Amino acid sequence: MYRTIRTGTHSFAQGRFIRTTRDGRVEIDAGGRRLIGAAVGRGQTEVERPSAFVQALASLSLSRGFMWALGTIGLSASLSFGALPPAQAQAQELLNVSYDPTRELYREYNELFTQWWTAQGNPAPTLRQSHGGSGGQARAVIDGLEAGVVTLALAADIDVIGESTGKIPADWQTRLPHNSSPYTSTIVFLVRDGNPKGINDWADLIREDVQVITPNPKTSGGARWNFLAAWAWAQREFDGDEAQVRDYVAALLRNVPVLDTGARGSTNTFVQRGLGDVLLAWENEAFLALAEQGEGAFDIVVPSLSILAEPPVSIVDGNLADDAQRALATAYLEHLYSPEAQALALRHYYRAWDTSAATPEDLARFPDLELVTIDDLGGWAEVQPAFFSNGGIFDQIYEE
Amino acid sequence: MKSGLMRAPSPMPGFGLAFGVTLAMLSIVVIIPLAALIGRGFSVGPGELWSMINSRRIWAALMLSFRAALIAALFNLIFGLLLAWILVRYDFWGRKFIDAAVDLPFALPTAVAGIALTALYAPNGFFGQFLGQFGIRIAYTEVGIWIALIFIGIPFVVRTVQPVIEELERDVEEVSATLGASRFYTLRRVILPTLVPALLTGFALALARSVGEYGSVIFIAGNIPFQTEIAPLLIFIRLEEFNYEAAAAIGIAMLVISFAMLLFINAIQIWSRRRIGLV
Repeated sequence: MYRTIRTGTHSFAQGRFIRTTRDGRVEIDAGGRRLIGAAVGRGQTEVERPSAFVQALASLSLSRGFMWALGTIGLSASLSFGALPPAQAQAQELLNVSYDPTRELYREYNELFTQWWTAQGNPAPTLRQSHGGSGGQARAVIDGLEAGVVTLALAADIDVIGESTGKIPADWQTRLPHNSSPYTSTIVFLVRDGNPKGINDWADLIREDVQVITPNPKTSGGARWNFLAAWAWAQREFDGDEAQVRDYVAALLRNVPVLDTGARGSTNTFVQRGLGDVLLAWENEAFLALAEQGEGAFDIVVPSLSILAEPPVSIVDGNLADDAQRALATAYLEHLYSPEAQALALRHYYRAWDTSAATPEDLARFPDLELVTIDDLGGWAEVQPAFFSNGGIFDQIYEE
Repeated sequence: MKSGLMRAPSPMPGFGLAFGVTLAMLSIVVIIPLAALIGRGFSVGPGELWSMINSRRIWAALMLSFRAALIAALFNLIFGLLLAWILVRYDFWGRKFIDAAVDLPFALPTAVAGIALTALYAPNGFFGQFLGQFGIRIAYTEVGIWIALIFIGIPFVVRTVQPVIEELERDVEEVSATLGASRFYTLRRVILPTLVPALLTGFALALARSVGEYGSVIFIAGNIPFQTEIAPLLIFIRLEEFNYEAAAAIGIAMLVISFAMLLFINAIQIWSRRRIGLV
């Protein structure tokens, strides 16, 4: 049972319901972290008074989220008391550097945000967006693209920006709730209509009569999630016996006839070119393929276990010119957690945390399944070099 | 005598200035970027450079890139000559149209060409469906790479050979015929030798273009390591790993091999020119 709590004037957190405190507030488990806040019901837009909210936060343990919460208190307090002079009267610019499948989502979100931002008494900002492969986008920012915020497919890509330019602090992922991932997705199987090959779980993907379509993990962020999901399943299946896990993944890769360079390319190969029996896809891409091809062409098969794919967001501190632009960039990302933006993400087939403003159809779409997280595999700092660097596990499997 | 001529003022004025401007532009556009690439590669030291290139996977990719480029250029050499010959020597309905169409591969973004070719040759595509009945697969195999490279390389051969064919004097062939030579003998001993330098130039251009081709190939190749993974993709992969030195190393390897091949082609050209003494 997911519940939403309010943690700031325009920031919310969602998570598994734990308990209701004596004074009516709600404690939730948000991505492994316990948060307490005012309950927000469906359609309820009444803003809790900041004083009650501050009390609520006072009961929080001094966790990583606490520092973030502290920041939002400051922001919410200043907004509600009008202590902060309205941001400079001149319109601000903000460039959002993102990856491929979020193009439609951010086009709509930019409108939503502009409405909200101007309603706060700010001039309408100029919001621009740039899309491409996640790794390539990260490289562009490293090479000097003036991104105010980055919204990429992998935390590892944002880590690289921080490490090589110093423009993002190392603890960036703790600055926003849910590991800075306002929406998540997972990896599912897209199969041909009626599932003619009877593919039900990861074990079926290494059958000799099955062809699997997935992009190249070296060039595609999405493909890394695919690879890790397969790995995680095999780890559970073979009780962590690394040799067997590796054999399984190697057998899976032998069934891959084409390694496209990006997730959209793979979707095209499977959908338009008719190649392969199963496509490993972002859940949102799979739903998009269904929506565009009509329900009669494909089926989505949900495996017994998959990975919680977290596409994270961060401001690029070093690229923000002044406090006004920083305020805009911060609000831009925090507003992603608002019920309206979350509903938007849900409509674009992402698993968002806050379901309070979403329509029932958008919610009913997502099946429950067991999800491992990147932290279960050791976190990106460990996974990235071990699996995907030059000579890593992916390369080794092909060299064998 | 010769050196005296060199020192005499040139009848064409402005060589000094023109040469200076040319050299400056060439430096900015070509020489400095290439030097930067080589500098980047060699900044890690030759030993490290060699170890970054010397892996089975990179050799497989380099072999594939050069093999496919060679096959495509050879095909273009023969088919391009035929096409140019027909366009010049025969008059038929739609000749102007075909003549214009030859340039289209130049104009089309290579990625678009790659996607279009893939759509045609994929197992459910227009040609792919037909060929599939005979068990022939083109898209996602090396043959698919050949086709993409043939597509982007064909204008180079046609456009270098065409003007030379136009210049060919008909009376040379007539003389050959009156001396009793067969058509084939005339073709072999009179016409082809005249065309050899232009053909070699076209071949070299098509080859060089194909070796580095990325956009059209990655869609139709399967990109499977050791099978259909081309060297430019491997460079791209190294860049995605933020491994600029390794990317530069593969780039340098490609430059060196290409340079050796072009040198070899030039040597043939010089040799044929000496032997035939034409053009």
